[in-house]
Amino acid sequence: MKQQPEAFHPNSTAALADPVLRSNFRGAMDFLRSKRRTAFAVDDAEGGDFDALSRRGEAIKQRCLQQLPALLEQLEQNCTRNGIQVHWAETPAQANQIIESLIRARSGKHAVKGKSMVTEEIGLNDYLDDRGVRCIESDMGEFIVQLAGETPSHIIMPAIHKDAGQIASLFEKTLEDTPYTEDVDRLIGIGRQQLRERFQHADVGITGVNFAVAETGTLCLVENEGNGRMCTTIPPLHIAVTGIEKVVAQLSDVPPLLSLLTRSATGQKITTYFNMISSPRKPGEQDGPEEVHLVLLDNGRSQAFADEELRKTLQCIRCGACMNHCPVYTRIGGHAYGTTYPGPIGKIVSPHLLGLDATKDLPTASSLCGACEEVCPVRIPIPKLLQRLRVESSHAGTAEEKVKGAGSGRKPLEALVWRIWSWACRHPAIYHRGASLAAHGRKLFKFLPSRWKTQRTMPQPAKITLHTALKNRQRRSASPCPQEKIY
Amino acid sequence: MAEAIRIYPPKPDRVYLFGTCLVDSFSPQTGLDAIALLKYLGIEAAFPHAQTCCGQPAYNSGYDREARAVARSQMDLFPEPWPIVILSGSCGGMMRKHYPALFDQASEVVAFTERVFEFTEFLRHVVQPTLTDQGDPTRVTLHTSCAGRRELGIHEHGLALLGQLQQVHLVPHDYQEECCGFGGTFSVKHANISAAMAEDKTRNLLGAGVDEFVSTDWGCMLNLNTTLEYAQQPLRGRHLISFLAERIGVSEADRQPGATQVLAEAAG
Repeated sequence: MKQQPEAFHPNSTAALADPVLRSNFRGAMDFLRSKRRTAFAVDDAEGGDFDALSRRGEAIKQRCLQQLPALLEQLEQNCTRNGIQVHWAETPAQANQIIESLIRARSGKHAVKGKSMVTEEIGLNDYLDDRGVRCIESDMGEFIVQLAGETPSHIIMPAIHKDAGQIASLFEKTLEDTPYTEDVDRLIGIGRQQLRERFQHADVGITGVNFAVAETGTLCLVENEGNGRMCTTIPPLHIAVTGIEKVVAQLSDVPPLLSLLTRSATGQKITTYFNMISSPRKPGEQDGPEEVHLVLLDNGRSQAFADEELRKTLQCIRCGACMNHCPVYTRIGGHAYGTTYPGPIGKIVSPHLLGLDATKDLPTASSLCGACEEVCPVRIPIPKLLQRLRVESSHAGTAEEKVKGAGSGRKPLEALVWRIWSWACRHPAIYHRGASLAAHGRKLFKFLPSRWKTQRTMPQPAKITLHTALKNRQRRSASPCPQEKIY
Repeated sequence: MAEAIRIYPPKPDRVYLFGTCLVDSFSPQTGLDAIALLKYLGIEAAFPHAQTCCGQPAYNSGYDREARAVARSQMDLFPEPWPIVILSGSCGGMMRKHYPALFDQASEVVAFTERVFEFTEFLRHVVQPTLTDQGDPTRVTLHTSCAGRRELGIHEHGLALLGQLQQVHLVPHDYQEECCGFGGTFSVKHANISAAMAEDKTRNLLGAGVDEFVSTDWGCMLNLNTTLEYAQQPLRGRHLISFLAERIGVSEADRQPGATQVLAEAAG
C-alpha cells in the first residue's frame, strides 16, 4: 500500500471534517481506554501494579536491545538447528523478493496471511498481487480493510474506523449472496465462512512475529481469532516476517512482555491463542507446515539502534496503547498519518523507516501532552523522542544528525525567528520594550494573520505587562529603581 | 511523569517569583495576585526584573541551541539560595525537568532545578496554609495542564488547595486528563487539530455546569478562553492563584498594580 506521510496536513484536515469518523474513533478509544484501565486495576492482584510490570518490561527490552546483534545471530543459529530457515532483508524490496522466491519455489498461488504490520510496512500484498499471487488477509479486521481497498487504521484493530453499518454495506457490496445485516455476530459469521474456504486452498501461510526467542529459536505469535494458528499449520509453507527488534534473549522474557502486551492492547489478561512455533512438521507428525521460514527485516531499524537515545524507539511491543490514549490520534484516526504505524509510536518509528524528509510533519503533530508515555507498557519516552526528532528535523546543529533526511524540516524564516526570539529573551531591555509595544498595540492583534484563528479569537495582550505594573509600583514608592525588587 | 518523592524545605521568609512570559503579557493580574497571596502568607517575593521566558517555546520546537542560551540567561537571575516559585506547570516542568537535559545534567543546573517549585506545589507542601473560604458558594472545575499533570503531578496540589475551600464545590469534567490542544507551536503548526481538541475540551468544561474554571497554565487558558470567546460562550478561565487570593480574602488593595508594598531592595 502506498504510504503518504507528506499529505499529513490535507489528510488530517479531511479527517477532522468527517463527523462519522470522529465519532467512531471517540467511541472506540473510550472503549479501549476503559478496557486497559480495568486490566491494570490496582484491585486486580494479577495485573494491578502497572508501574512495576512496565519497569520490568522496559528492563527486558533494553537488555535485549543492548545485545541485539548477538541475539540475532543466536536466533539464526537456533532457528536453523530447529529446521526454520532464516533470511535477512535490509529493505522492503529485498524482503518482498525473498518472500516471492520462497513462494515461487513451491509454485504457490494462494497465500493466507495472519495480521502482521511488518508485511504492511513492506507492501507485501500489492507486491505479490502484481506477480500473480493472491494474498488474503485472515484476521477479521484486516479482511474488512482489504475488502474495502484500504490500509489498517490501527495496528491492533485494523478496521476500528468502521462501524457495523459500514461493514454491513461493504459485505453486501463485495461478497456474493450476502444480505445487509448490522448484527455483529452474523457479520463475523459471514467473514469466517469466506475465510474457511481460503484456508483450505492456501499453499502459503504468512504471519508476523510478536517475540522471537533467541535461546530456543522459537517464534511466538499472539492472536485471538485462531486464524494465525490456521495460517501456520494448514498450508505446507509458512513464512514469518519480523522486524529485527522483536528478538528476546530467553523464554522467561516472554511472559512479562506478553502480559503487558495483551493488557495494554485489548485489556485482556491473555489472548485466546498463543502460538509457539519451533520447527516445521517433523517426521511422523500429523500436521504443521513442511517448511518454515523467518525473514528478518531491518528497514531503518539499525539507524535507530545506532543512537542510544533513539534506540528506545525499538522497545515498542506494538500494543497500540499510545494510539488509544493520544488526543491527536483520537481525532484524526490512523489513515491521516499516511504511515503503516500511526499515532505517537508511528511518529517516532516512521522517520527511521521512511526518512525525516517524508515524515517531517509527524513529529510536530503533537502537543507533547505525555499521555502516550504515561500508558506505554515498556516506558518509551515518546515526547522526548519527538522533541529529539524535531531537533534533527530543524538541524539546530547541536544534535548529531543520524536520521535519514535530517535538516529537511528547516525553514529559514522559522530559524531566523527563533534566533531573534532567543536574542531578545537574553536582552531584557529589548524584550520588555517589545512586550510593552505589543501591550500598547494590543487592539491590532486580532488583525494578525494566523492559522490560530480558524476556530479561536486572537489572544489579546493585557493593557500593561506584569513587568511594567511592578516597575510602576516601584516608581510610586520612595526608593530608587533597582534591577530587582522585593514585594 | 510525576515525581515520586520530593523533600520540601521549611517555609522561607522570601522567595523568587518567576512570572512566565504569558503571565507577563497576557495576565499581569496573576503575577500581582501571586505576590499579594505570598505577602498575605508572610512571604516576601523578589521579582528579578530581567526575567523574560524560560526557553520552552524554542525547546519544544526543536531549536535547543536557542533555548539553551535563554535558559542560561534566566538561571543567572536567581543567585540567592531562595526557592524559585513559578506560575505555570509547563514552565515549571521546563525548568525542573528539561534544564538538566539541556546542560547534560551539570551539577549546578541540577542544584538550580531543585529550588524550582510550581506555585500550588509550593503552597501545599512548603507553606502548608490552612485556607479559610470567605466567598459565596460556587461551582468550579480545574483544567489540569498536561505538563502540570504528567511532568510535575501538580494537579493534585491544585485539587487539594481547592478542596480546603468550604464553599467551593469542585466539579470534575469529562475527559479531565485529556489535553486542551495548546502545545505551544503545535497550536499554530497544526491549528486545525489543536482547535478540534480545544473545541472538545470547552464542550466538556461547559458540560460540567460550573460557574467558572481555573487552571495553573496560561497557555491552556489562552487556548480555551479564545475558543470560548469564538463560540460566544460567557464562561472564562482564570488562574487558580487569582481564585484562591479572592476566596481567602487577600486585600483587594494589595492585588492592584498601584499597591505600594515595596519592602526592601534585593541583596546582590
